[in-house]
Amino acid sequence: MTTWSRYLSQPTSAELLADQQRLLFVRPDDAEQEEELVETALPNVSELAFFLEQAGVGLGKEEMHRIFLALKQLVDSEELQRCRLWGKILGTTSSYIVAEAECKEGLEEEEEEEKEEEEQSDEGAVKKEEDPLLQTNLKPPPVVPKEALGTGANKFMFYVCSEPGLPWVKLPSVSPAQITAARQIHKFFTGRLDAPVVCNPPFPGKEVNYLRAQISRISAGTQASPLGYYEMQEEEEESDAEDSYEVNPDFEGIPVAEMTESLTNWVHNIQHILPQGRCTWVNLAAKAGDDSNENEEEEEEEDEPEPEIGPPLLTPLSKDEQMFNIPPWNTRLSSRLTPQHAVAVLRSNLWPGAVAYADGKKFDNIYVGWGVKYMGEGYSPALPPLPQGEFPTGPEISEAVDPAVEEEESQEEHEGSQEEREESDEEEKEDDDDE
Amino acid sequence: MDANTLFGSLDLVAGSGYTLNSEERAALQTSLRILKKDHKFNRVLFWGKILGLDADYFIAQGRGEDEMKNRTSFYSLNCTDWFQLPLATDSVITMVTKAAKGRFMGDPSFVYKHDDPQKQGAEDEEETADIVTEEMRLAVTVHAIDKDVSVVPRGAFVKRHHGLVQLNRSFGGLSESEAKKLDSYLHFSEPKNLKKKSILELAELNPAIDFLDVVSDDVPKGSWSLQVECAGTVCVLRSLLWLGLTNYCVPMTQQHGYIYIGDGIKNLNLPFMI
Repeated sequence: MTTWSRYLSQPTSAELLADQQRLLFVRPDDAEQEEELVETALPNVSELAFFLEQAGVGLGKEEMHRIFLALKQLVDSEELQRCRLWGKILGTTSSYIVAEAECKEGLEEEEEEEKEEEEQSDEGAVKKEEDPLLQTNLKPPPVVPKEALGTGANKFMFYVCSEPGLPWVKLPSVSPAQITAARQIHKFFTGRLDAPVVCNPPFPGKEVNYLRAQISRISAGTQASPLGYYEMQEEEEESDAEDSYEVNPDFEGIPVAEMTESLTNWVHNIQHILPQGRCTWVNLAAKAGDDSNENEEEEEEEDEPEPEIGPPLLTPLSKDEQMFNIPPWNTRLSSRLTPQHAVAVLRSNLWPGAVAYADGKKFDNIYVGWGVKYMGEGYSPALPPLPQGEFPTGPEISEAVDPAVEEEESQEEHEGSQEEREESDEEEKEDDDDE
Repeated sequence: MDANTLFGSLDLVAGSGYTLNSEERAALQTSLRILKKDHKFNRVLFWGKILGLDADYFIAQGRGEDEMKNRTSFYSLNCTDWFQLPLATDSVITMVTKAAKGRFMGDPSFVYKHDDPQKQGAEDEEETADIVTEEMRLAVTVHAIDKDVSVVPRGAFVKRHHGLVQLNRSFGGLSESEAKKLDSYLHFSEPKNLKKKSILELAELNPAIDFLDVVSDDVPKGSWSLQVECAGTVCVLRSLLWLGLTNYCVPMTQQHGYIYIGDGIKNLNLPFMI
C-alpha cells in the first residue's frame, strides 16, 4: 500500500509543466474591453507560423500557439513596447525560446552598474588593509567599453525561457569582450543558463553571456528585410543617427519573384559588429591619453590605431562576403506548383537555421538552430599558449644552502672542545713534568 | 517516419525547426503510396530532406521483408518523381569520402572534382574511374546516417527465426520513465558492441529484442540530446554527430520514428563542441 501512495503523490515533470502551462490559457477579466482598442506590442504569431510553415520552418502548430500565449504573458508583465519572437536555440539538455524586445528608457542598467562598482570598491578596500603589497607598474590593456542600452549590439533586450509557460528570464546586455571571445569558440549550449563555458580561449562569463553574445552575432549577421521597407532617418548629423531607421510608410512591396531572383532586394537591418566587438568604433588610445597627460604626445605618435569601419546599415545582402566557397545565402520560392501565391524564402548558409520570408509587404526573420556558425571543413580550436620559458640557471643566480644556526653552533662547539682537549693535554703534561 | 503516420508526426519532430509545407505534404501523400505499390514494399518511410545550395533533396526509403537488410532509398527534387539511389558499396564509399567536400549543390549530376596532387601523372586513367556525382554522394550520406544514428526504441523491432528483423506489432510503447533514459534506445544497424559485453550483462537481455547496440554506449558521451518537447508529450532524441537527425517517441503509444532534415554533413567538430 505504501508503494501505491508513493506513485500517486509524486507528480511527474510533465504534469508539473502542464500545471504551469494551464496558466497560459487563463484570460484575466480586467483586460476584456481594452484589448481590442489599443495597438498591441504582441506580434501576430499565428500569421508568422503560417508563413514559416510555407517556408519549411516551424515548431509545430500547437507549440507555436503556446509560444504566442507566452509572449502575450511577457508583454503584459513587462509592459514592453514592441516584442518579436526571435527564435529558438537548441541545447543538449534543454532549449531556449528567445524573444526580442525594444528597450525601455534604460534606468535599470545603471542600477546594475552602480552595484557592480560598489562591490568592486569594497573588495579593493579590504584587500589594501590586509596586504600592503608592492604596486606594479603594469597596467592591464584597456577594456573596450560596453555599448549603452538602446544602441549598437545592445539595441534590443532579449528574454529567454525553456518552455512556453515557464517564467521568462531577461538576458544581461552584451560586452565587446564577450563577442570577441564568442567569435573564437565553437560550443553547443547545454540549456542551463548558469552553466560554465569551458573552452579555450576562456570565455568571460557563463552560458547566459555566451547565449547573449551568439544572439547578437546571429542578429547582426542574418536579420534581413526587403529593400525599401526601412529607410534611414536623416535628421541629426551626430554619430547616433547611424543606427536609427524607421518603417517607410510608402513601401509598396516587392514582388516575390524578384525577391528570390536577386539578393539586392534584401538588406541588413541590424548593424554589423566590428572586429572590436561593438558597432561603433572606440579609439582606446585616445582614452588612455586622457588619464596620464604626461605621456599624451608619445602615445599619439606611436601607433594611431586605424578606425574599424563596417558596412553601413541597410546594405544589400548581395554585398555579403563569401566564406568557404559557398554563397552566404540561398533563396527559394515556397511553392513550385503555385508560384502566384508563393512566399520568398531566404536561408543563411553561414548560420544554419536562420530564415527570412517575404510576401509582398509582410516579412519576418527567425532563427531555429543550435546557435553555432558554419565552420567549413577542418576547424581546429585555438591551442592553449605555450608555457613561458624560465630564466636560464647558472652559478651566479643559483642558491646555495646556508648552514643552519644549530649546525654552526655545533661546529663551533666541536672546534672549541678540540681546543680544550689540547689545552688539557698540555696541562697534564705540565703536571706530569712538575711531579 | 512511416508514410502512414507522416502527417501527425511531423508536428512532433518540428521542435528541431524544420517542417514540410502543405504542398510538399500533399504531394508526398500521393507519391509515396504510388512508390509503395510500384515496388511492392512492406512499408515506405519518409526518410527526410537534405538541403542543398540550389535545391533540396527529399529522401524516401522502402522496407521489405527484413527491415534491416531490405532497405532501398529513393530521392526526389519535387516530392513527385522518385529516383532510386545507387547501392552504397565500400568502393563507392571510399571514392565519395575522398572527393566530396562542402555542401550539397542540389544538382544530382554535379561532378565533384578530386584534387589529389599525387595522382597528377596518371590523371587520364584515373578520371574515368573516379567520377563522383552528387547522386553517389547522396547514397553514401543516407547509408552513413542510417548506420551511425538511426535509432529505434527498445522493443519496437523483434528478431524472428531465420534472423528476420521485423516490426513488433505488440509493442506498447516505452513508459514515461524509460523514455527519458538513453538506455532504451538502440541503434538500428549491425551491432558492434554486443559481443564485447560480459555474460552478466547479457543475462539481463532478451535476445529477441536486444540484438542491437545501445545508444548510451556511444563515444563520445554526450553526442545525443534527449529532451521532452511539446508540453511533455513526446520524447525527442537528437543527434549531435549528424545535426538535423531527430528521433521521436511518444511514451505509452506505438508512435516512434526518425527523420533527418539537414545539410548532410557529419559534424566532425563534435568533441570540441560538447
